[in-house]
Amino acid sequence: MTTAKLFWQRLRALRRSDQIHSEIAEELRFHIEQRAAENVRRGMAPEAARDAAERRFGHLSQIREEGYDVRGGGGIEAFVQDVRFGFRMLRLNPGFSALAILCLTLGIGSNAAVFSWIEGILLRPYPLVVGQDRMLAISGTSRGVPGAPGNSTNMSWPDLLDLQKNCTLFDWFIVDRITGTTLSIGDRAETATGSIVSSNYFDAIGVHPVLGRGFQPEEDFGRNAHPVTVISYQMWQDRFHADPGIIGRTQMMNGMLHTIIGVAPKGFYGTFVGRAMQFWVPISMQEKFDSAQPGYKLEDRGAHWTEGYVRLKPGVTLEQAQQEVSAVAKRLELEYPETNRGRGVKLFRLWQTPFNNAGTLLPTLGIAVAVVVFVLLIVCANVSNLLLFRSFGRRHEMTVRLAIGASRSRLVRQLATEGLIFATLATAGGLLIAHWCRNLLVLLLPRGGGLMNLPGEIDWRVLALTAAICLVATMLFAVVPAMQASRIDLAVALRAEAGGVVSGQRRAPVRSGLVLVQVALSFVLLVATGLLMQSLRQMEDTSPGFLRRGVLVTGIDFNGAGYDAQRIKNSEDQLSDRLQAVPGVASLVFARKTPFSLRGYSSARIAVDGYIAAPDELPTVNYNEVGPGYLATMGIPLLSGREFTRDDIETTPPVAIVNETMAAQYWRGQNPIGSRVQVNGRWIQVVGIAKTSKYRNLIETPEPFFYVPMRQSAMGSTLTIRTLLDPGTVSKALVREVRAIDANLSPLELITMQEQVDRTTATQRVSVMMLAAFGTVAVFLAAVGLYGVMSYLVSQGTREMGLRMALGATPSDVLRMVMSHGLALTAGGLTLGAVLALSSTRLLGYLLYRLSPRDPVAFGSAIVIMVVAAMTASFLPAWRAAQTDPLRALRN
Amino acid sequence: MLLLEVKREKARVGNMPELPQGTFDMLVLKALSLGPMHGFGIGQRIQQLANDMLQVEEGTLYPALYRIESRGWINSAWGLSENNRRARFYRLTRSGRRQLAVERSEWEHVSLVINKVLQAT
Repeated sequence: MTTAKLFWQRLRALRRSDQIHSEIAEELRFHIEQRAAENVRRGMAPEAARDAAERRFGHLSQIREEGYDVRGGGGIEAFVQDVRFGFRMLRLNPGFSALAILCLTLGIGSNAAVFSWIEGILLRPYPLVVGQDRMLAISGTSRGVPGAPGNSTNMSWPDLLDLQKNCTLFDWFIVDRITGTTLSIGDRAETATGSIVSSNYFDAIGVHPVLGRGFQPEEDFGRNAHPVTVISYQMWQDRFHADPGIIGRTQMMNGMLHTIIGVAPKGFYGTFVGRAMQFWVPISMQEKFDSAQPGYKLEDRGAHWTEGYVRLKPGVTLEQAQQEVSAVAKRLELEYPETNRGRGVKLFRLWQTPFNNAGTLLPTLGIAVAVVVFVLLIVCANVSNLLLFRSFGRRHEMTVRLAIGASRSRLVRQLATEGLIFATLATAGGLLIAHWCRNLLVLLLPRGGGLMNLPGEIDWRVLALTAAICLVATMLFAVVPAMQASRIDLAVALRAEAGGVVSGQRRAPVRSGLVLVQVALSFVLLVATGLLMQSLRQMEDTSPGFLRRGVLVTGIDFNGAGYDAQRIKNSEDQLSDRLQAVPGVASLVFARKTPFSLRGYSSARIAVDGYIAAPDELPTVNYNEVGPGYLATMGIPLLSGREFTRDDIETTPPVAIVNETMAAQYWRGQNPIGSRVQVNGRWIQVVGIAKTSKYRNLIETPEPFFYVPMRQSAMGSTLTIRTLLDPGTVSKALVREVRAIDANLSPLELITMQEQVDRTTATQRVSVMMLAAFGTVAVFLAAVGLYGVMSYLVSQGTREMGLRMALGATPSDVLRMVMSHGLALTAGGLTLGAVLALSSTRLLGYLLYRLSPRDPVAFGSAIVIMVVAAMTASFLPAWRAAQTDPLRALRN
Repeated sequence: MLLLEVKREKARVGNMPELPQGTFDMLVLKALSLGPMHGFGIGQRIQQLANDMLQVEEGTLYPALYRIESRGWINSAWGLSENNRRARFYRLTRSGRRQLAVERSEWEHVSLVINKVLQAT
């Protein structure tokens, strides 16, 4: 019979077990009667005949059992019995069971949550998008571009069109460039995040608007020719109150009235990790929406602004695709040397996309995975200890079962099944937790402007992985106690004096080993927490080169309100004057960007007299367009030369202020003041040198940077105010003054510069919090484990204690003995932990800012915490030992 | 193989050496190849076929029957015995018939080889 058939037969037999027993009995009875009849025929007396017949069978019950073994439920029935028994045991010890299941739920649940986050970010980051497994991000590369990883930069639209025409290995190319607009809500304006997309966007990703339509091919062309937009479901619900007549309504965005032509489906948030898109506009609207650099760029091959994705045809590998695009890029380099020199094209897997937040999340996710795995191991050690403790309490039951004939393997199987029940219940609870926690993924993402929405999904991969963890966990914590229990020495156990039945020794090696492991793992978590905490503090203590206190940051979107350039200038001048008049405002300045905001700076190709660029280098530097007195308001020292004034306007000679690093790099020791720099083809005179500050985050390395007056370049909307007043007061004054100029305008959110800087360290803070939380739990569990072992050892050694005390030991001696045993255990764990930590914190290396992975403060404080916890844990058992009444102990 | 399958019980034989388990199973299959029969009858049949030179122990027979049934070489069902009593009848299946042929040829081959070795001078 095949295994499958056998399985089904046994399954069916489960229900008929009584019937099978009686059938076998009946069959054997028939045989006995036949034999008896024959014996009678041979001349025996009926009584004797029957006896003889039965005797021939020998062990009748054994034969019946063998018959049932073959025909009955077999292993399945044994399993069902074990499960029933396990549940009964669970109910009999509710406190213990609850504790064990809770611990396991924590371990398994945190793992499931983190894996669902990983799934959400790495594997399928875009809900509702079709074919993500073949989707790749596409970006340009260039030699000579500052600050971006791997020299990544954006691509130009004509380049992308050429790629699309000449490549054959792709289903489609799409553009998805993040942008924003300001929407007014009552007293305030809010930034809404959206995307500029190519016309094939919705069709390509398989997402179709539930109302209206997507974009059409002609909407890719024409300068601001197609002011149409598709809005998100959420925006339709929240802002337009699910108006059924939404299609055809208009919305002012970035200075132009757009017609709403479609509503995206519910649950679709675009294709940018970490942000929820609220609207989409076609490529033809690029000029209105591209915040990085002004100008119409659709026909400029040298304007690099697009970010996008491609999808491989089925069966095509990344390497093949990369080869094809690189070949086309090379051809373009030769055809268009002025714009494409040194430029290439690179394809990225979705989780390495250079232009969204996926990259920033990876380190945090890595830490999260390590942490939850550690927690799981600690939890398993803890539950294992709990089970050992309980199996010690059940030793009589085990002994009796062995004595009446249970096989050890059956015992082990039963205990393992009980463990499996715990693990299964914990897995169910854990999945529930993971389900609730998937939205917590949002905590890992940088905040500030725009809604964030990125739920991790619990799908079959997460489920499968969680089930695997469940099985592994069971084996880790249930098998060890089971093996221990089955090694009961019957002769010793049946004797009344229990001299340590389960382990047979005073030392409890397995338990001590488990506690050692717990202490070691907790120590590593504590060290990691300490390291990251210090790193964070170092980061936050780093001076960014500009003032953080007493500076407020906000903005007014004049552009979005439809103002033309002249009107913006007038309004800004008016507003400056009015605000300057507010008592308490020291100074203020408008600028295009503020430091440490999430939007990138503009960058420009530069050339300097006397600087020869390398053959394949295209020198490019980031810059900011700022108002007069910017450096003074921001608190950035001006090293020499002058600041911009109100006299630097469109008609006066174009000027620039460079920073130290730029001066050093491009003027090589000579004074740049008075000489010229060519920016995007225009010659500008350098009038000042600013001290190099930090521009994007606290840990960047010094890079070249320069400033140009807003009036001479492009108008910006951010407003920085230097004041000692609190944000609330200033906000009120601001709204008042802005309304006085235009009753329809509202300022954007007003925050302190410190807050803006803090937003860049948010992910580190989250990592630290996570580590600290889990580290605390781990230490607690380790302490509980230590307490358990010490209690056990004390209860085992009651007699010895009694003897010592009778021979003259004082209670404090006993206390000292027990505590030192506990400390010895802890020391062992710490040694193991130290070895582990020293070898593994290297992995944290790139996350630690100006900190060695072996920083003594972190290690030292971790040791102190563990020792304190250990002493607390061993104190109570030690105290109880010291209270032993020697007479009673000896009598037992 | 057959002679190497030394498990717990062996069939007892009057004056002859013990039969290994596998060989006994073969005899059961052979007995059933002559027609379906209940357990008691199978024992009788084997003894008859062996001219009473073999005694079948109940303690061997039933475990063997159950074991062979679990391998699918025989079926069992309730039926009426000669004296109208309810008894469990066993029947050879098609795969059982094949198994019998296989074991039989193996047995013949082995005994041939052994005899050859023993007859050497």
